Amino acid sequence: MLGRTGSGLYWMFRYLERSENTARLVEAGLRIALTRSADATSEWESVVKTAGQLDSFHETHSTIDASSAVDFLLRDLSNPSSVRSVIDSARSSARQVRTALTREVWEATNSAWMALNDALERPVMDRDLPSTLELIRHESAIVRGALHGTMMRNDLYNFARLGTFVERADSTARILDVKYWVLLPSPTHVGSWLDNAQWETILRSVSGERAYRWVHPGPIHPRGIAEFLILDRQMPRSLAYSFSKIDDNLRLLAGTYTQRHDCHDRAHDLLMKVSNCTIDAIMAGGLHEFLDSCIAQTAALGAQIELDYRFHE
Amino acid sequence: MDTRPGHFDEMYSPDGSVRETFADYGKWFENEDPRQLIKKSDEAEALFRRTGITFNVYGDGAADERLIPFDLVPRIIGHREWARLERGIEQRVRAINAFLYDIYHRQEIVRAGVLPVELISDNVAFLPEMIGFTPPGGVYTHIVGVDIVRIGEDEFCVLEDNARTPSGVSYMLENRETMLRMFPELFGGIRVRPVGNYPLELRRSLTECAPLRSGNEPVVAVLTPGIHNSAYYEHSFLADQMGAELVEGHDLKVVDGRIAMRTTEGYRAVDVLYRRVDDEYLDPLTFSPDSLLGVPGVMDVYRSGGITLANAPGTGIADDKAIYSYMPEIIEFYTGDKPLLSNVPTWRCSEPDSLRYVLEHLDELVVKEVHGSGGYGMLIGPAASTSELADFRAKLIAHPQTYIAQPTLALSTVPILTRAGLAPRHVDLRPFVLMSPGQVHMVPGGLTRVALEKDSLVVNSSQGGGTKDTWVLDD
Repeated sequence: MLGRTGSGLYWMFRYLERSENTARLVEAGLRIALTRSADATSEWESVVKTAGQLDSFHETHSTIDASSAVDFLLRDLSNPSSVRSVIDSARSSARQVRTALTREVWEATNSAWMALNDALERPVMDRDLPSTLELIRHESAIVRGALHGTMMRNDLYNFARLGTFVERADSTARILDVKYWVLLPSPTHVGSWLDNAQWETILRSVSGERAYRWVHPGPIHPRGIAEFLILDRQMPRSLAYSFSKIDDNLRLLAGTYTQRHDCHDRAHDLLMKVSNCTIDAIMAGGLHEFLDSCIAQTAALGAQIELDYRFHE
Repeated sequence: MDTRPGHFDEMYSPDGSVRETFADYGKWFENEDPRQLIKKSDEAEALFRRTGITFNVYGDGAADERLIPFDLVPRIIGHREWARLERGIEQRVRAINAFLYDIYHRQEIVRAGVLPVELISDNVAFLPEMIGFTPPGGVYTHIVGVDIVRIGEDEFCVLEDNARTPSGVSYMLENRETMLRMFPELFGGIRVRPVGNYPLELRRSLTECAPLRSGNEPVVAVLTPGIHNSAYYEHSFLADQMGAELVEGHDLKVVDGRIAMRTTEGYRAVDVLYRRVDDEYLDPLTFSPDSLLGVPGVMDVYRSGGITLANAPGTGIADDKAIYSYMPEIIEFYTGDKPLLSNVPTWRCSEPDSLRYVLEHLDELVVKEVHGSGGYGMLIGPAASTSELADFRAKLIAHPQTYIAQPTLALSTVPILTRAGLAPRHVDLRPFVLMSPGQVHMVPGGLTRVALEKDSLVVNSSQGGGTKDTWVLDD
């Protein structure tokens, strides 16, 4: 398999994952805006920040509000991480690696690109926003379904999955890091049956609000949210789950190619960070410092994968 | 449907009856509701879009991907007609290959006085780098697309040979897939010969041309200029269908005297490169030094027998329009037989007598650039305005050697489906020929291009042409 093909698959699935994550963030922001109008403006700022795009937002905008934030995140082509931009990049990567994809995966990607280009061509009206966000998640789910249902479980698949989980780990760590202060133990929050806007955003940003209630019945506790998103191996958007999937797929590649690289050690280190440890220990060592190092190590791992598998000359 | 007077329609006789080859299709068509068929036509378009069968038009932005319009009335060729075409094309392709070998070796054809030497020595498509070199298996033209036009019941002639990197075969295959998906019932009743084996035949044919070395199955790769090339879809499609890697120039480099591709596990040697990059961009060390599309050093590896390039560099001289005019002599010289398929009469404007004739009859003739392609830079006399004619007259006088002229042919028509029902439109045909040592293989079918404008003779997809599925009937 060509190094360029590995690169194309990896990035195609990073971009698709990013489109979905951005849609979730906007969805969380929208929910807060609709149900807790007092918190809305600062919430949109935090949504853009979580998406890692606050700096680029301020390059072209002076103030932030619902419509400018939504437009920037969903359809601004000058923002390389807007949903419209990343879908375009994903489709471009898919064209590059067309021979590595089944017809189903390619057609699902191409259809997603056509449908989303159409839906995001003009500013999204408020009343169309929920259905547009649903469309984004729906289109990306079809690509994922085609991947699972039709692709051989070989190195191609491993690179696609690596892209998905490197992107997801980064996104979940960012969501937590932007709001880490609301998860810190504080004398006034001993746990509450009433959630607050911040906690709700965190859970909604990973579509985890319902699952959380099943896993942690009883009062919502910031410690529980942190544990759920960092350590819960059953939660598919948690750091522990993402790191274990990265490790699994890299080990499969080492098996296929009968060769280990530096990226394998880095992936193992990351997995160890979230294995055999408790949320209390993480909190004691500093939640922000922990998340910061997760983000940095994930980025370094991504770069190492590109190097070890010869994505570039 | 009213046929166009003076033009052979392949479906309808002038008296309005359906011809033999279209008989079964005609019966089926009569029972169809034209409005439903038009709807099917829109469905087909959506299908092509989803599949991504698009092309980029040169000069347009990278984002501008267009569809080649697909007409869902098939072009049907009878068994007997196909057998004749097959024999004629095989003869022609063998002659082209022998010609290429000869002009890069002893040039017997020049010594015999059949071909003027300047046609070779002054020709930009002639590559001195190929002199004295024999490609693996002696094959120059691994893939040839021969453009055929029909001008009567039994009259087929060759309009052009495409011996460099002919494109369009993916449309032949996708058009058939689309027809199978939309009208499965037609294929139950009519015995249409399948074309779907083409990618496997291509792989077999390329593999048989690999440089001789013992051991493993040869590694085949397709070299594409990249996703912005107008034919990128076809490159990826063929690589995918053959199970071959689709590589770009920067994926390849010379490693230990071989051309190798950068894989996730290191460099791996390639045996056969089906390159869809033109000669001049193939090797910046030998040809255009600023080319980023090719592979530095590939010509050295090639000349030392380390890789097969398909088609061989330098084959363009065989599809040059000036050489074309000598094709009947070329065929006879190398095969000893008269050509089975005729050429279109061609005036070489470099010859004073011909030039005089062409200038006198400009409004009746088609004038083409010798090195042009894609229907660009050409004049269709009967359709041209007075000022266009004057323009071309000046060009011809200034650079006569750049042009040839041919009579305006009464191209055959095949009906297309329009909102007003069936309407005759002009077509041509490009069958694809595969050549390996000792063997010439043709898939029964080809690309039928159709001029969608009423009475237009320009079928090129870059100028508003469409395509049709081409059916060759079984015996």
